[in-house]
Amino acid sequence: MAKSTEKAGSSGKYPLDKSQQLELYRIMAECRALQQRAHDLFMQNLVKGTTHLGLGQEAIASAFGLAMRKDDYTFCTYRGHNHTYVRGITMTSVLGEIMGRDCGLLRGKGGSMHLTSVENGAMGSYAIIGAHMPIAAGAAWSAQYRGTEQAAVCFFGDGTTNIGAFHEAINHAAIWKLPVVYVCENNQYMEYTAIRDVTAVENPAADRASAYGLESILVDGNDAELMYETAMTALDKARSGGGPSLIEASTYRHFGHSRADPGKYRPDEEVAEWIARDPLPAYRSKLLSVGIDESELAAIDANTESMIDQATEEATNSPPPPDEIAFTDVWADGGAAWRN
Amino acid sequence: MAQLSYREAVAAAMAQEMRKDPNIVFLGEDVAAAGGVFKATVGLLDEFGPTRVRDMPISEQAILGATMGAAMTGLRPIAEIMFSDFLAVCWDLVANEIAKMRYMTNGQVNLPLVIRAGNGGGARFGAQHSQSVENWAMAIPGIKVVAPSNAADVKGLLAASIQDPDPVLFFEQKSMYGLKCDVPEGDYVLPLGQANISREGSDVTIVALAAMVPKALKAAEILQDKHGLSCEVIDLRTLVPLDTKSIIESVTKTGRLVTVEENPRLCGWGAEIASIAAEELFWNLDAPIMRITTPHIPLASVDKLEDLMIPSVDRIVDVVSEMD
Ligand SMILES: Cc1ncc(C[n+]2csc(CCOP(=O)(O)OP(=O)(O)O)c2C)c(N)n1
Ligand SMILES: [Mg+2]
Repeated sequence: MAKSTEKAGSSGKYPLDKSQQLELYRIMAECRALQQRAHDLFMQNLVKGTTHLGLGQEAIASAFGLAMRKDDYTFCTYRGHNHTYVRGITMTSVLGEIMGRDCGLLRGKGGSMHLTSVENGAMGSYAIIGAHMPIAAGAAWSAQYRGTEQAAVCFFGDGTTNIGAFHEAINHAAIWKLPVVYVCENNQYMEYTAIRDVTAVENPAADRASAYGLESILVDGNDAELMYETAMTALDKARSGGGPSLIEASTYRHFGHSRADPGKYRPDEEVAEWIARDPLPAYRSKLLSVGIDESELAAIDANTESMIDQATEEATNSPPPPDEIAFTDVWADGGAAWRN
Repeated sequence: MAQLSYREAVAAAMAQEMRKDPNIVFLGEDVAAAGGVFKATVGLLDEFGPTRVRDMPISEQAILGATMGAAMTGLRPIAEIMFSDFLAVCWDLVANEIAKMRYMTNGQVNLPLVIRAGNGGGARFGAQHSQSVENWAMAIPGIKVVAPSNAADVKGLLAASIQDPDPVLFFEQKSMYGLKCDVPEGDYVLPLGQANISREGSDVTIVALAAMVPKALKAAEILQDKHGLSCEVIDLRTLVPLDTKSIIESVTKTGRLVTVEENPRLCGWGAEIASIAAEELFWNLDAPIMRITTPHIPLASVDKLEDLMIPSVDRIVDVVSEMD
């Protein structure tokens, strides 16, 4: 077994001012409300198909959401509600999509696993493990070629480090010095199998970084400010021609893998331990401890609640999409014809 | 007879064969401790232990590569690729390696292996988790292709696939995992390459596969009751080898042929059957051959649109009732 990589502490290089701290808290609170509501809606049978929640993992997507430039690119997975939301889409469009309503981000054509908003730089949620890692390298190549100083950020899970595409993409990004940030959200499990049971190293991403000449970066993914600093460091490096980064952020999903999974394969103590490390209350306490007034946080909480209630109402009142859209957008001409 | 679900029949067939042959091993993602994400392999780890029933990382190339290597050297592996859509990430192993090895080596290499995969739509999983890819498989010489429509056939056909000396792609219909029917107890094996006449009839032959079989049967009932049409429903069970004899006999009798396919239209298996009928039964046909398929578009996630795309009972009734 490889020697365990040390978890990184703060470098103090990217301190957040108060307005940024409140912003980070707001983004996290909104992601949490969205995930909790998605869960509640499917318990009420209002969500068809499947849903993969990032409840418990919000600090990572939120910190990147704050750190990224408006024109940067996000590539994420089927567990991509948070990552897509933080780029600037509405709650209504997310809830509408998972409920199969016409107001959905993709009008129901994509579903929960494929949230995408190109105008916001959210370049897709991919449901085939590993697929988006080389694709993110391609977007980073394009940015490099066009000289735009944009970066691509690619989020994936611990389990994804065992598919070939992970290795191919990171090697490619390294040899071409591509402006891409690979972020492994190590939530300790693939679907129902613990990552440690199927991986040759202890830290599935960080311990492999050296194989591609990259620095091994292991951080607490439930520490919102540390995540922000890690994101800024990697994004600055990408923009300044320093090439890719591979970040491993440890975290946990509070629920099962997907809608169908009660998560029974996880020991109770482990779940309890991680719920005690929930990133949202932790950040709230931290902000209180640095002197932010409780009333400011309460105002964010109240606003978040009214946003999610309003979004739920809008999505619930939206009709299902019209039949015709089944036959649109296979081709660039908007249609689906394959013969004359 | 016992009532078993489609998913229970998977485990029953595997256990039946694994008891007889210690060289049968099983590997896949979340298949051992968790019993599979579709719970189709529950109990196998307990009965056969961790040296024969093995969890793999998310490494489909490693899964099929190891399956092939083990099969070449004396084992009879069964691999699970969770969703058939994911075959695309390890298609080299299927299309270039497994399917061609015996032939290229002038018959030296044996590959007695089975690749099981959850296939098809209806679960609202969207375009990357709902495809019916039996036609991908059918396009490659050197692999057998099986797709059962009920639990009894799952048991008999999976047992046969495991016993078969050639590589078999075994498609399990995701939307049918929970459906129960009477399944013969004890050792039960069906031949590969033999279709089942699920309903006899004299006016129209409806050829269907997997989830399309119960729909065709339901449509046949309605066509009889409302339109006085007697439909013969053929459940193909296997695409390769294909039971052309049953199809030819039936269409010779009825003079009308309809295929019901879940795959998208272009190059779906029904096109092959239509071409066989056109070549061999031209003078017996009383009406144009009709194909009912999912349109040639990716599948939408939302239930309403998915239902519109996948062939439905109503669509079958409409098409068949309008044949001359
Ligand atoms: C190529 C491929 N293989 C298997 C799957 C099925 N699958 C979906 S999610 C998942 C687990 C992924 O684990 P991880 O990368 O840790 O991400 P997490 O779900 O924990 O966010 C698996 C095996 C898939 N979608 N694609
Ligand atoms: Mg994981």
